[in-house]
Amino acid sequence: MIHAKDINEKTPWQELTPGGEIYEAGTARLYNTGTWRTDTPFFKQENCKHCMLCVPYCPDSAIPVQDGKRQDFVFMHCKGCGICAEICPFEAIEMTPGGAPK
Amino acid sequence: MMKFMSGNEAVAYAMKQIDPDVMGAFPITPSTDIPEVFAGYVANGEVNTEYVAVESEHSSMSVCIAAQAAGARAVSATSSCGLALMYELLYVAASSRLPISMACVNRALTGPININNDHSDSMGARDSGWIQLYAENNQEAYDNFIQAMPIGESPAVRLPVMTCMDGFITSHAMENIELLETAAVKAFVGEYRPEHYLLKKDNPLAIGPYDISAYYMEHKVQGAEAMKAAKARILEVAAEFEKVSGRKYGLIEEYRLEDAETAVVLIGSSAGTGKAAVDRLRSQGVKAGLIKIRVFRPFPGEELARALAKTQAVAVLDKSEGFSANGGPVFAETRSALYDLKDRPALVNIVYGLGGRDIRVEDFERVFGRLADIAASGETGPVYVHMGQRSQAQEVMA
Amino acid sequence: MSIRYNQKREAEKQPRLTGGHRMCAGCGAGIVVSGVLRALEPEDRAVVVNATGCVEVSTFMYPYTAYMDSFIHSAFENAAATCSGVEAAYNALKRRGKVDGTVKFITFGGDGGTYDIGFQSLSGAMERGHDMVYVCYDNEAYMNTGVQRSSSTPRFSRTTTSPVGSVQPGKRQQKKDLTEILVAHNIPYVAQTAPIGNFRDLHLKSHKAIYTAGPCFLNILAPCPRGWDYPAAKLADIIKLAVDSCVWPLFEVEEGQWRVTYTPKKKLPVEDYLRSQGRFRHMFQPGNEWMIEEAQQQIDQKWERLLERAGG
Repeated sequence: MIHAKDINEKTPWQELTPGGEIYEAGTARLYNTGTWRTDTPFFKQENCKHCMLCVPYCPDSAIPVQDGKRQDFVFMHCKGCGICAEICPFEAIEMTPGGAPK
Repeated sequence: MMKFMSGNEAVAYAMKQIDPDVMGAFPITPSTDIPEVFAGYVANGEVNTEYVAVESEHSSMSVCIAAQAAGARAVSATSSCGLALMYELLYVAASSRLPISMACVNRALTGPININNDHSDSMGARDSGWIQLYAENNQEAYDNFIQAMPIGESPAVRLPVMTCMDGFITSHAMENIELLETAAVKAFVGEYRPEHYLLKKDNPLAIGPYDISAYYMEHKVQGAEAMKAAKARILEVAAEFEKVSGRKYGLIEEYRLEDAETAVVLIGSSAGTGKAAVDRLRSQGVKAGLIKIRVFRPFPGEELARALAKTQAVAVLDKSEGFSANGGPVFAETRSALYDLKDRPALVNIVYGLGGRDIRVEDFERVFGRLADIAASGETGPVYVHMGQRSQAQEVMA
Repeated sequence: MSIRYNQKREAEKQPRLTGGHRMCAGCGAGIVVSGVLRALEPEDRAVVVNATGCVEVSTFMYPYTAYMDSFIHSAFENAAATCSGVEAAYNALKRRGKVDGTVKFITFGGDGGTYDIGFQSLSGAMERGHDMVYVCYDNEAYMNTGVQRSSSTPRFSRTTTSPVGSVQPGKRQQKKDLTEILVAHNIPYVAQTAPIGNFRDLHLKSHKAIYTAGPCFLNILAPCPRGWDYPAAKLADIIKLAVDSCVWPLFEVEEGQWRVTYTPKKKLPVEDYLRSQGRFRHMFQPGNEWMIEEAQQQIDQKWERLLERAGG
């Protein structure tokens, strides 16, 4: 089986999947959209009440939850849109200028 | 088992024997009988097929694409404008490498609207990546449909197959045909076992990506290679089919061509009329022959070149107008196939039979007459002409 | 079927739309798609179908699929027919014992692919009664090609094919009421929702649509920061304004019974909503007061009619 991680712009046609099929789940996770950021959210853990409101509002599924606790951002996928910071009722997310996480 | 059937009934019966998983069904003259007859099988529980009576041919092909991707065997039938409405999806089916089987009952493509036979519908789809088989008569329409799945589903091929027959002439005329036993058909066609499909439990399948230019060309090359591979597979399947049916098929059919000096090349039901003309001329001592192209995609270029190498003058008969101002599609491809021959025969193109215009044995005799003149004089004259139209002017073949 | 909504529990589910897709920062459609898919029970599989559009080109750019489930895209105008083909195959293969387990069929199309070019395909699939959900993420224009007007674009909205000029006030025509047209198909469940509040409305409607047998339709407002011309971070505010001004009422029609699922405590003037977006900016220029008046009249009429249908 051909895997997405082995496919790149140098792969010869014989080694690409026929018709552009992919046989795995969620291979987009391999792709870095974090480089798009011009602003970056900063997670102030101490303010977070783990209400999880920010999770469904993230268009990029970049806010993981583990054992009932909201984790820090997945910066590889976060595009820095700032929706989470706007809706957070507890000021636990602050937007900082620039693409690099604080 | 011998049965008196129309071409449409024969194809519907082949579908019944195969018992496909899904049928995308929409009526259009002259293919309507196929979904109609098949609906009867569904109504009586004679098949297990999900019969999806859609609201357009566009949806019919969409349903087939999705069903085949989901892991099912999907079939459909259409004609003319129906095929044209599917146009975009024909490319999707082929580029997604989905071996759908579809009967195309050839009918003139609008406009003006006309329900009678020519090949302008399927010729318009010739570059879509579908394998195209053409039948001369009801028997071949039945036999071709049964061979479609073993050809298309072969892992080296994975391409959709269009089996074509001439509207009304073949689809509606009744003939005695030899049917295989259903068990034999089922054994011949076998089970559809794709490696990956949408409903597979072990791993998901994503199909139909946005393909950036870094990958698009590679995927097209894969399709082109598959079409090349289809040639050998078609012959392999034909050989297996001969074993169960006793009937022989190739990419082309050569008729009395061994020592022929003049020959015609054509597709479909007109071959029967052409063969009658060849017989008549042969009885008069004229060395005439005929080639019927059964497989237009992949195009049997080498086979045609080999078969025509010893002839002196050849007429390629196109039953569709390509509006290239340079000849019809069968002519363009045949002439190109013959280019590498050291001693090429003189080649002319005759466009005939558009929108159901009849062609008779006498018309073929006139064609052979012209070929004899060309062979004798060495003068080809006008290369691209029409036959059978009324005209004020004195035209070569009108 | 009624279920309890527990936002924390839902947030813990593994997302079925992953990160790494190429939708714009702050895209409403991404929120809609992941929100709908979150309503799937974790043990159930799904086949996701897309019409060509923003979501499709950004969620499966070879070789990167953002779906955890099987996915098929075929063309722009045939997403519903495509979904019906997958569902038909499922029925056929299930009958033959070749597939087992529960598989759900969910289609996403933008307003272009749903209100316009895919409309016939959608109507046909709904009429045939396939067990599927069609979700329109309605961002009110052809966004993927660069903000052209669709039949979903609201009157007066500025798009690149309904520009504001000296003799033209933006789009001249009213927004097509697609949700109502789907209700007229007499299908088991039709609902209009948006990613609002704690997602309760969107989640419950998605769950109902996915787990109601037969064809179901969801029309979900999906703000587009580029096309609507507002700062991406303000998405939640924009949606709240749309719902509280009754520009985008939340309701459902279950077996023909209309129910408003949210009534604003204080109905906001449409002006508040219009002011939040650049696409309506010209409506606030002196001399254009009639536009806002007319828009308010339209919204009021539609809201009253909805309340009537829902029994007051």
